[in-house]
Amino acid sequence: MIVAKVWKFGDNIDTDLIIPARYLNTSDEAELAKHCMEDADPDFVKKAQKGDCIVAGFNFGSGSSREHAPIAIKAAGISCVIAKSFARIFYRNAFNIGLTILELPETDKISEGDTLEIDTKTGKIFNKTKNETYQATAIPEFMQELIESGGLFNYAKKMIQKGA
Amino acid sequence: MEKMTISQKILAKHAKKDFVKPGEIILADVDLAFANDVTAPIVIKFVNDLGGVIANKDKIALIPDHFTPNKDINSANQCKIMRDFVKQNNIKHYWESGEVGIEHALLPEQGYIKPGMLIVGADSHTCTHGAFGAFATGMGSSDVGFAFATGKSWFRVPESIKFIINGKRNKWVGGKDFILKIIGTIGVDGALYKSMEFCGSAISELPMDDRMTMCNMAIEAGGKNGIIEADETTINYLKERNIADYEILKSDEDAQYVKIYEFDASNIEPQVAFPHLPENTKGISEIKEDIKIDQAFIGSCTNGRISDLRIAAEILKNNKVAKYVRLIIIPATVEIYKQAMKEGLFDIFLEAGAVISTPTCGPCLGGHMGILADSEVAVSTSNRNFVGRMGSPKSFVYLANPAVVAASAVAGKIINPVEVIK
Ligand code: SF4
Repeated sequence: MIVAKVWKFGDNIDTDLIIPARYLNTSDEAELAKHCMEDADPDFVKKAQKGDCIVAGFNFGSGSSREHAPIAIKAAGISCVIAKSFARIFYRNAFNIGLTILELPETDKISEGDTLEIDTKTGKIFNKTKNETYQATAIPEFMQELIESGGLFNYAKKMIQKGA
Repeated sequence: MEKMTISQKILAKHAKKDFVKPGEIILADVDLAFANDVTAPIVIKFVNDLGGVIANKDKIALIPDHFTPNKDINSANQCKIMRDFVKQNNIKHYWESGEVGIEHALLPEQGYIKPGMLIVGADSHTCTHGAFGAFATGMGSSDVGFAFATGKSWFRVPESIKFIINGKRNKWVGGKDFILKIIGTIGVDGALYKSMEFCGSAISELPMDDRMTMCNMAIEAGGKNGIIEADETTINYLKERNIADYEILKSDEDAQYVKIYEFDASNIEPQVAFPHLPENTKGISEIKEDIKIDQAFIGSCTNGRISDLRIAAEILKNNKVAKYVRLIIIPATVEIYKQAMKEGLFDIFLEAGAVISTPTCGPCLGGHMGILADSEVAVSTSNRNFVGRMGSPKSFVYLANPAVVAASAVAGKIINPVEVIK
């Protein structure tokens, strides 16, 4: 269960907004975290506290395949991203590196500053501020397997051991 | 047997199945996996943390194209990680500065892309290679690390959308305008998670360069892949590179599509995508206001190929770049660079007042070689006009084809090529 304060963003938050290319000359997590969401909200890193969550509209993470985007968000201490929909490469990347993401059609009901209780297993989200409950889209079985084996890396490890 | 689209067929074949249905998740054998200087360090860490296993060295490629030649100390260090890995593992498919080009132009030109292949790249524009009737999709670094190590990748079989473009293409209209028109119609998430299949008589008449431009921007509509069935044009392109060992797959006639769109090419004029999304398109004649520009860029994996440079030269010949405008031209690969030089295109470009650079992604992603200042305006042949994409988050990027960009450089504002070539 995650308890998180909400930072709200709109539709089409692309990977250039999440982590601009001018910072892509490194893959150092702490360095990337410093510039997380910089071009969407230059003060984001200063304002956001560890454990807070991002709530957004359609097509979150569109654009580049840069894994630096979910890494920057995770390294900045964000516990979870909830959006109406995710761009597909971002969706995969987030699972692969262990950033929790949930698809929820009703993100418009959630406001900045709300406090959410998020059950990542069931996808049930309780908005403590508004006293409302939402249900996020179920995570596909394969992705759950991936999470349970500890991400793509451990899944690969198992595969290689089996093959050897 | 149930009917399948070309995308389903390629995925089924590589998963060793007779049939796959949309929505199904499969593990499939990958024919080619690659990464660039931005994404490779994370791929390499993934592989090295697994003990350095590489399933098949001949099926991986590493291409330092984004910040080449190294633009600063950090990017030099990233390239060094890549180079050390290549040396250590004796990897053949690697190109050093002086021979490297933008991955999505380089790989097809060097004969790495063939019909029916399953290709993954740690770069979102990997979908470019669908122009050859291959299934090609961009992924993150961990996914490509997984493919390096295991030779496989997992896929959710996508639903397909069919785009039929029939009719005769207008002068100064190319693949770029077709795809911008499509993105303008369906939006930047109009094909989310889906396969975009392009067909029709106007597509059959498109040269390979333009087909690559179209598939390149499938990602800009959220698509998983863009794909065009291989035909005579494809076969001829491959013949020139002495490639004959491939299997051509085609969609079954009654395969399932979630949507079908039809366009008449004769109604499509040069398109311009306004800041800050590729879906903000307008036909050039619909632009009534004066959009003054500071920089024009011809290059990138979208429109940095020889036919693009020829079009630019046609317009720039005996013309001069407008005062206070920078025109930057970057051939996408060394082969294109040499060809352009041989044809005398560089003389035309230099005479017009353009800058020509060695192949690199450069300004396309605001990397180097022409970064925009606050409040500056650029018109570019690349594929993304997001906030801050080419430099300052306060700058503005318009996307267009090479004819429009060259003409605009001459006029100092966004303009229809017919007004420059009288
Ligand atoms: S040219 Fe631009 S879009 Fe193409 S691979 Fe390079 S950075 Fe990406």
